[in-house]
Amino acid sequence: MTEAAQGSRTTAPAGTNVSLSGITKSFNGVQVLKGVDLAIEYGEIHGLLGQNGSGKSTLIKVLSGTYDPDAGQVVAGGQRQTLPLVQFADAGFSFVHQDLGLIDDLSVLDNYLLTHTARSRSWRLRWGRDRVAARQALSSHGLELDVDAKVSTLEATDRALLAIVRAVENVRHSSVPGLLVLDEPTVFLPREGVERLFALARSVAAAGTSILFVSHDIDEVRELTSRVTVLRDGQVAGSAETASLSDEDLITMIVGQRLARHQGEIRAHDDAGRVALSVQGLSTSLLDDVDLQVREGEVLGVTGLAGSGFEHVPYALFGALGARGTMTIDDAPCELESHSPRHALGQGLALVPGDRKREGAAVDLTVGDNVTLQALSSHRPWRLRRRALSALADDLVAQYDVRPRDAQAVYGSLSGGNQQKALMAKWLDTEPSVLLLHEPTQGVDVGAREQIFAALDGARSGRTAVVCASSDCEQLARICDRVLVISRGRVQASLAGDTLSKDQLVETVYSTWTPSTTSDTETTKDRA
Amino acid sequence: MTTSIDTSKDPQQVPEAPDAPGAEPPRRSRRTRGLLQRYALVIAWALVVVAFGSLKPDIYLSAANFQTIFGSQAVLLLLSLGLLLPLITGNFDLSIAANLTFSSILLAILQVQHGVALVPAILVVLVVGLVIGVINGFLVVGLGIDSFIATLGTSTVLQGLVLAVSDSQTISGISSNLINFAANYRFIGISLGFWYGVVLTLLLAYLLGFTALGRRMLFVGRNPEVSRLSGVEVGRIQWGAFVGSGLIASLAGVVYTGSQGAADPTSGLGFLLPAFAACFLGSTAIQPGRFNPVGTFVAVFFLVSGITGLQILGAESYVQQLFYGGALVLAVALAKLPERRRRKRGA
Repeated sequence: MTEAAQGSRTTAPAGTNVSLSGITKSFNGVQVLKGVDLAIEYGEIHGLLGQNGSGKSTLIKVLSGTYDPDAGQVVAGGQRQTLPLVQFADAGFSFVHQDLGLIDDLSVLDNYLLTHTARSRSWRLRWGRDRVAARQALSSHGLELDVDAKVSTLEATDRALLAIVRAVENVRHSSVPGLLVLDEPTVFLPREGVERLFALARSVAAAGTSILFVSHDIDEVRELTSRVTVLRDGQVAGSAETASLSDEDLITMIVGQRLARHQGEIRAHDDAGRVALSVQGLSTSLLDDVDLQVREGEVLGVTGLAGSGFEHVPYALFGALGARGTMTIDDAPCELESHSPRHALGQGLALVPGDRKREGAAVDLTVGDNVTLQALSSHRPWRLRRRALSALADDLVAQYDVRPRDAQAVYGSLSGGNQQKALMAKWLDTEPSVLLLHEPTQGVDVGAREQIFAALDGARSGRTAVVCASSDCEQLARICDRVLVISRGRVQASLAGDTLSKDQLVETVYSTWTPSTTSDTETTKDRA
Repeated sequence: MTTSIDTSKDPQQVPEAPDAPGAEPPRRSRRTRGLLQRYALVIAWALVVVAFGSLKPDIYLSAANFQTIFGSQAVLLLLSLGLLLPLITGNFDLSIAANLTFSSILLAILQVQHGVALVPAILVVLVVGLVIGVINGFLVVGLGIDSFIATLGTSTVLQGLVLAVSDSQTISGISSNLINFAANYRFIGISLGFWYGVVLTLLLAYLLGFTALGRRMLFVGRNPEVSRLSGVEVGRIQWGAFVGSGLIASLAGVVYTGSQGAADPTSGLGFLLPAFAACFLGSTAIQPGRFNPVGTFVAVFFLVSGITGLQILGAESYVQQLFYGGALVLAVALAKLPERRRRKRGA
């Protein structure tokens, strides 16, 4: 696969490929970028870290020509580029954003050709030739896909890889070695998907293409990149060899001052707490006869690899997903087959979904509208106390530190961390007896993450039981009292107390996976 | 339908002010801009009145003219308000105008040809309108058919039924009571039909702004999945919106029959696109970006004020349509401007 990726360029040039110097950008008098310098060598994978609001995304948008910087210059392949970089493709830049830019209803082939077609000057599409080319390009990167399948039918990992291969091929077709910008592409990927993606990125870089890898995840940056640049408040807080920096160094660079790390309460949880929720024989399209129970004030983690079904747990318990089994809350049994979100709410359950944009909130309504949706039912049906409602919105925004502190701000304009804080506010305000979470800190910056953990702590001290489905083992190890590892739809292990650490979890997740998939994972590693 | 705009990738997130106090001054200017946007259509309406008033003060500014302006559009106002309900919950209802026509013909047949007393006849018509809404709701919510297609279907079926039962003939001889209560009786010089529209506007404004149901309708329209996961009965609310629009459309049909003094099988169909225009134009005013009853009210009378002025100036009838279409496109384009500018500047 590396052979194919190298293709036309067998000798990768050395030295600096892309350099940005003194990039400055203000919006309405607020300086968002204050003279940012960044240099990326040929074949280098360069990490870009920074909190939300640090200027990361603005910098990327300068590279993609969305913004015209006030000052500074961009040099790519020895050529000084005219700004704004509207013709970024000619400079050899290619982008994969977190949402991947795929059209779900169209086929793999349509999507693959989309960017190509957009730039093609010919009137006629040559489907036959393009189909063969697309299939070859995909398989040369180890991606065996039915090019006629709809993108919506693909696994998350394959979708991400498709988007990346498409971007890589765009770079390859330009005359310069180019720059591939991966803007948090791993956020929605399971662990083994991340590994396949990294393998692909490494082979692309080996062919001389530079990669800028934007991420929240320090571990991923450490694993993939050779150098890293950290942005803070629109300035470069540091830029160094990744290996020379410790996690502490990086966190200090990102946050500025050392975080008062969230002090989790002592994990040893007395089993005396009342059982808040128990489930027998939980089955969904992926889960197979799972039993679990969670006590008041306990945080129960559920994890596993993608396809193991772990992420079905919160949705099934909330009645948002077809499921079978018997759930008991407060000694009242209920059949999951006839369960519904409405019913679940009545039982004191709350669900904070992982996909904020699609399932979490109406993004074009205000923060206030969104956080008070559940509070509506406390009003008389034919008379809303509007003043009470807006006071509640202001309270929640202040209490959960949602920035900006403006309940009238449009939800979708908030950063990921603040969106998540608003969702926590919405659901914790219902004072649930059981809080169900799915990937609660996905795409959330370090600071907001701590605040979300603190909110969880507040909830559990109020005797709320928490069930958290996540593939982020570090997070689970920090916040959970007990973690169930699910594999092939069944609970394979339960970790608590001393055995509950990030490394232990990761190992258990992989070691409990089926033999066939294990070999699959190994092949992926071989490719890397 | 895709009325929601995904602003989640909005560059607004970029200048995330680290401290809230710093955000105070721009907030005030944003408020001024917001006010301007909210009342732009009202201002445009005032400008239209001033413009025609200064050109033809004796005719345009007469009481009789204002009575005509307000009195003549009761049917369009009612129908637009009915359409508003499915639009808010994220569905189209293309059957409203056919429903109006069918209701009008049915009323005439019952009352004129079969001698049914007026009040029972009206009740029957309203129930039929409601049933049409129930059917639309069943097709869209129960069977999951796209609302554009489902209501296009019911609309066409209703038009066929209208021609069948009316023999394509106009039916006159409507009870003078109905004519009186729709058009002749006046309050503050304006026919009662207008006041029905005012009452319904206020009722809907209350429903949408001051009841939990109204807030839930808004959420259902913006994101059905979020609503479902928040315990909102999405299907029932969407279905209810269709029932509401069916009922209101047939009420508009009753008022239409009264104001015409007769029922004909085709003229009512012409209300469909103006009603959509009024709803979309109305969504640029009062609560910009949301379908709202007061905005719809303003939109209807902005349009008719302009058209009446043009008529007084002696403009050909085609000019009306130019005004209608031009105003709609212009208003919606202007409403998009601030957003576009924000995108460009990134702030």
